[in-house]
Amino acid sequence: MNAISPVRQTGRKNLQVLTLALGGEIFAVAASKVREILDLVPVTEVPGSQAFLNGLINVRGKVVPLLDLRLLLGLDHSAATIDSRMIVVELPISGVPTIVGLRADKVYEMTDLGADSMEDPPQIGMRVRSNFVHCVGKRGAEFLIVLHLDAIFAAILANDVSLPTIRAPRGVEPSVAASA
Amino acid sequence: MNAPSPGDVFLEEAQDLLEQLENALLDLAAGGGADRGDLIDSAFRALHTIKGSGAMFGFEAVAGFTHHVETVFDRVRQGKLAPDQTMIRLALAAKDHIRKMIDAPGPDDDALAAPILAGLAALLNGKVAPVSAPAQAEKPPSSGGWRITIKMPRDAMQMGTNPLLLLDELLGLGTGTVIAHADDVPTLEDFDPGACLVWWQVDLVTDQPRSAIEDVFLFVIDDMELRIEPLLQQGNAQQGAAAAEMLVPATISSDSPAPSTKPFSQATPAKDAPPPEPPRRLADSVRVPAERLDDLMDRVGELVIAQSRLSQVAAASMDPHVKSIAEDIERLALELRDSTMGVRTVPIGSLFSRFRRLVHDLSGQLGKEIALVTVGEETELDKTVVEKLNDPLIHLLRNSMDHGLESPEGRAAAGKPACGRIVLTARHAGAEVLISIADDGAGLNRDRILARAEERGLIAPGANPPDADLFRVIFQPGFSTAREITSLSGRGVGMDVVKQAIEALRGKIEISSVPGQGTELTLRLPLTLAIIDGLLVRVGTGRYVIPLSTVEECVELTAEQDLRTRGRNFLNIRGALVPFLRLRHLFRSETLPDLYQKVVVVAAGKQRVGLVVDQVIGNHQTVIKSLSVLHEAANMFSGATILGDGAVALILDVAHLVDAGQVRDEGWRAAG
Repeated sequence: MNAISPVRQTGRKNLQVLTLALGGEIFAVAASKVREILDLVPVTEVPGSQAFLNGLINVRGKVVPLLDLRLLLGLDHSAATIDSRMIVVELPISGVPTIVGLRADKVYEMTDLGADSMEDPPQIGMRVRSNFVHCVGKRGAEFLIVLHLDAIFAAILANDVSLPTIRAPRGVEPSVAASA
Repeated sequence: MNAPSPGDVFLEEAQDLLEQLENALLDLAAGGGADRGDLIDSAFRALHTIKGSGAMFGFEAVAGFTHHVETVFDRVRQGKLAPDQTMIRLALAAKDHIRKMIDAPGPDDDALAAPILAGLAALLNGKVAPVSAPAQAEKPPSSGGWRITIKMPRDAMQMGTNPLLLLDELLGLGTGTVIAHADDVPTLEDFDPGACLVWWQVDLVTDQPRSAIEDVFLFVIDDMELRIEPLLQQGNAQQGAAAAEMLVPATISSDSPAPSTKPFSQATPAKDAPPPEPPRRLADSVRVPAERLDDLMDRVGELVIAQSRLSQVAAASMDPHVKSIAEDIERLALELRDSTMGVRTVPIGSLFSRFRRLVHDLSGQLGKEIALVTVGEETELDKTVVEKLNDPLIHLLRNSMDHGLESPEGRAAAGKPACGRIVLTARHAGAEVLISIADDGAGLNRDRILARAEERGLIAPGANPPDADLFRVIFQPGFSTAREITSLSGRGVGMDVVKQAIEALRGKIEISSVPGQGTELTLRLPLTLAIIDGLLVRVGTGRYVIPLSTVEECVELTAEQDLRTRGRNFLNIRGALVPFLRLRHLFRSETLPDLYQKVVVVAAGKQRVGLVVDQVIGNHQTVIKSLSVLHEAANMFSGATILGDGAVALILDVAHLVDAGQVRDEGWRAAG
């Protein structure tokens, strides 16, 4: 369960991750958190909730909140396609093991990240807030942003989900930035 | 899901026993009446069991300390000591100390125990003034002995009972002979080495009373057959007949094949044989970890969902067999649901009884004479809710005792009886449980609250809000009108905590107060049980469940009514004015409304409110799945459920929804 404990500087271990596409970029989450991957299922809207968290889905008889990371991280988002998936993860939220669904534009594969191919997130030049990033992994020529799900949910609970102010020049949408 | 360890079982049992002890002591303090003897026995039994199992599970210190208290109660039981107030106070202190030693043993235990032990010793040594001994009916007969027949249940040894130790203990009471009867022992092939197959007959010469013998078997007496008869000295023939009657009770031979040799089998059955023993009583209750019950509830919930899907399929099917099976399953599922829910509920009396001690202690501390009257202890509530009510109710009771009830002088001046009354009531009202705390004190001081509220800027100066609104300010954090802070209350913390705790249970607090006559606080709690009956409705594209218990009626909202009511959200239902909320506005639904919208009239508190929906779909058995902490802010919904087609539907929280609608209305008004 604890693969994403803060092992930033030293003692970094190999990490098995699930890679996925969000808004045209490749991200990863620790495989140890992932319970299953679902095709699209009917989503029930929760009126009055935050836009990135306004869905509920039925996962084997359990009512599970559905998080849209694209909205939370300020990424491009488009309508669901045949590749869209829901990743069911389990992680402690304020101490209680909770099951949450994550929307993904596409799910690629499980892969191992070697300890030597992981780096701390750079402080600038990231579209994603650096405290939401566990590490940046190299896989071949690509960089993978391994998301720190625990930190993301802690921030949602603390209502601290503003988008980063320093953003990459690409894909700046003033309206989104202003509303954040 | 592992079985709890024996040590944990002891801890849990000890809590129950301590509660039993405390209740018995408090009843004794209140006089006890005719049950005095029973109460003393109950206290003694609790102490004895704590001592016994404490020693068994390695709580030596607890056992050692409890032993002293038990000694005192043994004297009381024998009528050598009267249970006066001093003793009960000591015993209560001792009980608290035992609890402390169990919950949080520390190095200061001995030091804390010393004064209690000294007090107990003084009781024992000082005035051992024998009270008029309650008729010692069970003095041993002049012959000076008992004939004891002991038959253990087959599984006694698996349950941890060692019959040999019991026999040794029995013989420690006097001198006697033990005869073992092995006639129930089967042949070697059928022999179960773990079963207790032998029964014993003991002729014990002693001057101990019958109760001393029963005490030896204290832990197992409920499960075994124990007969204690005076030892007969008469001629052998007569003894034989009596023994036959005694040794072959009807129940012995019934469950085992005929014993090979029966002693005295030649004796004719006596005419006036004692009535057959009642069938062996099974344990009254079973301890089950709460999570197993939750698990069971989940399964039953899923069964109910699957069943409603089956019903849908069956309704569409033409096959009468399928229909009849579906109906059977429906009936069974509902019965199973009801009994499973029944398992989770406990009477609130278990909570109320804890407060008796609080009131007893505080009345002394405050110098006020206070009687606590509880009504409706049998009202059943979900166990988790009961647990969460403990702290808020303690706060409210303290408030009533400290601020609500006047000092003795104040009461005398107001012409009230010296003894203040606090009435704690619980009752079911529709889908809610109402718990009220009423005192007959001075009532809330309206002027002082108003002045304080203005001072703190909670109310505009000069405003004269109605009582219900004004009294609500006492739930503001830090609000207190108390002139002095007592050790109990007055700091202004508390009421806001109470409010939070009750709101966490999706409950509400209402206050009413009559100057000079007292204050009544009512907690309205929804029955947050896991399954409710709901009305399934559609708003826009979303489907929602309204708890059926809140629904009063459904009416149609015709197009012209819809037009006419635009701007003023009231509906005329048989002459009564009913405000309504358009759920499609509240939920920001962007689809076009249906031509014939429906209004579901619900009762929220004392208010009737109409909820405008697009379609009423029908009844739905609803298994409440609580929303995760991530959706805590969405308080228009009390949870979610899974529909027959597998989709998720939200359950409306009518009370919060009406509040949300009011805020919205006020927003509109302010904007307009």
